[in-house]
Amino acid sequence: MEGAQHDGTPAFGLLGPPDRAVTFHDERDHAADLRLDRIVSAITRDQDDPEELEALYFRRTSDVETLRYRHEVFRDLDDAAVWDALVRFGASIREVRSHLFQARAMRVVRQRQGWTLDAAAIYCSAVRELATALGELRLGSRGLVGFRRYLSGYAASEEFERLDAETAACKAALAGISYCVDIDGGRVTVTRSGGEPDYSEEIESFFERFRQGAVRSYLVGYRVWPGMTHIGEQILDLVVRLYPEELGLLARWFSVHHEGFVDPGVHRFFRELQFYVSYRSLLDPLSAAGLQFCYPQVDVSSKEELAEDTFDLALADTLVSAGAKVVTNDYRLGPDERLFVVSGPNQGGKTTFARTFGQLHHLAALGVPVPGRRVRLFLCDRIFTHFSREEDLSRLAGKLESDLLEMQATLRSATPASVVVMNEVFSSTSLEDNRFLSTEVLRRLLELGCLGVCVTFVEELASLASPVVSMVSTVVPDDPARRTFKVVRAPANGLAYALALARKHRVTYAQILERIP
Amino acid sequence: MKAHLLFEDRDFDFSAQPGPFDEDLVTDLGLGILLRTMAQGDRFVLDVSRRVLLRSLTDPAQVLYRQAVLRDCIAQEEMVRELYALVVGALEDKRGLFWGMRSGSPQTNLHGALMQLEAFVVRLRALRRLAEDHFGKVRSAGFQTLFKSLARDLDDEYLGTMSRHLKQLGFRDGVLLSARLDRDNSGIDYVLRSPAKRRTAWRERLGIAPRTSYSFTISPRDEAGANELSNLTGRGLNHVANAAAQAADHIESYFTMLRAELAFYMGCLNLRSALLRRGAPLVFPVPEPSNPARFSCAGLRDAALVLEGAARVVGNDVDADGRPLVVVTGANSGGKSTFLRSVGLAQVMTQCGMEVCASGYRSSLHSALFTHFGREEDESMRSGRLDDELNRMSAIIDATRRHALVLFNESFSGTNEREGSEIGRQIVQALLEREVTVFFVTHQFDFAEGFRTSRPSTTRFLRAERAADGRPSYKLVVGDPLPTSFAADVYRRLGGFDGPRSPHAGNRSSDAAPVFDAEGSA
Repeated sequence: MEGAQHDGTPAFGLLGPPDRAVTFHDERDHAADLRLDRIVSAITRDQDDPEELEALYFRRTSDVETLRYRHEVFRDLDDAAVWDALVRFGASIREVRSHLFQARAMRVVRQRQGWTLDAAAIYCSAVRELATALGELRLGSRGLVGFRRYLSGYAASEEFERLDAETAACKAALAGISYCVDIDGGRVTVTRSGGEPDYSEEIESFFERFRQGAVRSYLVGYRVWPGMTHIGEQILDLVVRLYPEELGLLARWFSVHHEGFVDPGVHRFFRELQFYVSYRSLLDPLSAAGLQFCYPQVDVSSKEELAEDTFDLALADTLVSAGAKVVTNDYRLGPDERLFVVSGPNQGGKTTFARTFGQLHHLAALGVPVPGRRVRLFLCDRIFTHFSREEDLSRLAGKLESDLLEMQATLRSATPASVVVMNEVFSSTSLEDNRFLSTEVLRRLLELGCLGVCVTFVEELASLASPVVSMVSTVVPDDPARRTFKVVRAPANGLAYALALARKHRVTYAQILERIP
Repeated sequence: MKAHLLFEDRDFDFSAQPGPFDEDLVTDLGLGILLRTMAQGDRFVLDVSRRVLLRSLTDPAQVLYRQAVLRDCIAQEEMVRELYALVVGALEDKRGLFWGMRSGSPQTNLHGALMQLEAFVVRLRALRRLAEDHFGKVRSAGFQTLFKSLARDLDDEYLGTMSRHLKQLGFRDGVLLSARLDRDNSGIDYVLRSPAKRRTAWRERLGIAPRTSYSFTISPRDEAGANELSNLTGRGLNHVANAAAQAADHIESYFTMLRAELAFYMGCLNLRSALLRRGAPLVFPVPEPSNPARFSCAGLRDAALVLEGAARVVGNDVDADGRPLVVVTGANSGGKSTFLRSVGLAQVMTQCGMEVCASGYRSSLHSALFTHFGREEDESMRSGRLDDELNRMSAIIDATRRHALVLFNESFSGTNEREGSEIGRQIVQALLEREVTVFFVTHQFDFAEGFRTSRPSTTRFLRAERAADGRPSYKLVVGDPLPTSFAADVYRRLGGFDGPRSPHAGNRSSDAAPVFDAEGSA
């Protein structure tokens, strides 16, 4: 069904080079800790085939070629003209699908025919429009260029041209029908209409001079039911007698085309496109709120990393829809640096920082744009997470044991190419025990040389060894109600209470000059 | 048809959401008693006056337009009150014709609308008569335009046609609708057609032209069919019923608009007579453009204080032309806050076209007016107070544009003087650079002194004075800030904490209530 049936056009693929064998890692153990589950459900919620789509968001790969292939498609979609054309196309195909669904439920034959004809009309114009649009657009991605070649072949095929022409002719004939209904008591007369003046307009314009701006509408909403009453049927029968040719044409169209007119290749493109459209739809409101996304520079050998103005995607989605501000963070791992130890005041964004780090590594391996202005990442093989879950605290003994077991498993499976994210792990033990256990774990991770984040209140861990980078969360010292959510390399410095407060409210001399134009 | 009594070229937007600072203005300036006096118990006048007062004009021409209308109202008070009564009557007619439109069908909506329109026609005729009778007596552009438009738009021909339409909208002979086929071949786009003669062509009747007409009749027992036909009729009448009901609404809102625009002037008349009764001076202020900043007044009084019935309300004379910063220092209870409020009130009244309580008033029209008054009720939570003050300040900054006016009353005293002065200095400095006019009442010497040294020629310093006997005169004079506060004096005059004024201190049985003078001179 790859569409090779049209003039021998080659196969296309939107998710990766069509002829390339690629290994995917499909695991979800880290999904909940990193809130990836929320991100994915936010993405797929309103899409057509949510399950099929969801699977794509958990299939990571280290194949740089495939990731580049997807970046190319996303870059094409950054062009508003390309994006608009594809979104319009997607919306049309969705409408076609729902029309056909509607048609199957119709009892009156002429209604079923009408719905199907309308679906075909939408489909034809969607195909034509997209083929024209793609032909005029500058495309850079192999994925979309391949599909363009396929689509132009299909749009020029005899099969499509015939469908298009017959559908248009039938539509035009029906659109020419105009009739009058005269209702006087129980007697109904149907005639061809003859240009009688619109009486409502006459009344509206007479009272025009009293108009005082918008007033409420007294239009009564009439719900349109997909079916038809016996009166509607009787009137339609009379319309058929007034316009026998036009409705005869529709019957003949239906007997030829039925509902099997959608090309399988076009339909597959529609489904694969969802991956890109759905992700972009998540990003759009965030971009509008001023957040930035970029195509990460990815590498399978160098572990030097860099992220500027990055953020937790799940949190940002929540905050932006609530109208709240999102704080971004920067981080950098030098050539010999491997682990972040994050300490500092609570509620200051430490966990968010850890999640962000993990999310970046997951998202980068999907080939999608990632949160941040500039991001360079190592493509890891696996992501391990250890987050303390407060509801478990009731069973402390059991908790320590399960923590240790889980950590053991991680240390056994992790490779130098893995990423490990730990958030307040061992926090249920004493400080002394925590320090001892954490040190043991970090030593091993350092030996392994993998990348990771460790959120902890044991500050000594930050100076354990040179590959460890110390990060600190910051809050406004005198105003704990307002956290900065900034996690930085340097500790915050205290400012005089009053002026810090003035700065917080943006009413210092310099800030006011900036705020009043 | 418009009732442009508030603006020459547009309606006043009575549906506008209240601004975020309206409450502060009402509280800080004591607008409540002013509005209650304007309303004299009429809630509608109260609501309208509040809205008009809080939407400042910024163009001197607009202010002068309203002043002219107000002058007509003062000269023709009886005519204005009669007009107002007529309009109120029309609105009461409508209220009497209650009908439940919300859930109605187009048929019932149409019926209700016809009843309303018939009642309105009567009132419209009366309105036109009044306009014709008084046209020669009004001088303002506002009233002249209103009366002209009534005579033009409600001429006999128009009112006659209206009656004819109202008759035809009864649809005694059924309805004629046109329709097209929807994508599913059901009927769509029902449009009501003019009920012209519907006749079949003779060629067709003889069978020599193609048939263009088919009929059926539903059985009298076919209830579902009858419902469906009434449903179809409804669809056809939908737009005309909507048009008629909206026409009734439009006429109603014309009357409402007229009432609202008149209500403001009714309020002005009420306020005027109350103030004159208490012997306060009233003057039409001279509005000046926003730039350069001008402010001068003579005998300026706090209208709210006058209305509260205070015995002795002192008028102040201030000339601050070319001085966008006015700093008021001096004795506690010396009339500083009263002065600040009188400025705010007079400015609000000026910027909505009213008279002000002074013997002379000339001021720039500001792009907006803000009050930042220390909120004493927060004293108990000292730690949160500065935070709250700065928060309000920030909100004001958000809304501030060039040429605004900000009145500060003991602001930034939620922290120690050094810090409070520094914050205040930074804020005021920045506002002045953005051409905002600032009146600042403060007891913080450090703050006031800073401006005395840095910008003496563009700042007007006023001081609350005391008479020779040590009592406050409530009259402000030009004077540099002094490093001492007079709180100690007041304290001493009240006799300190151990003094005889304290009701429970009790045992000094001698003279019951010592006169302040005696204590002060002791």
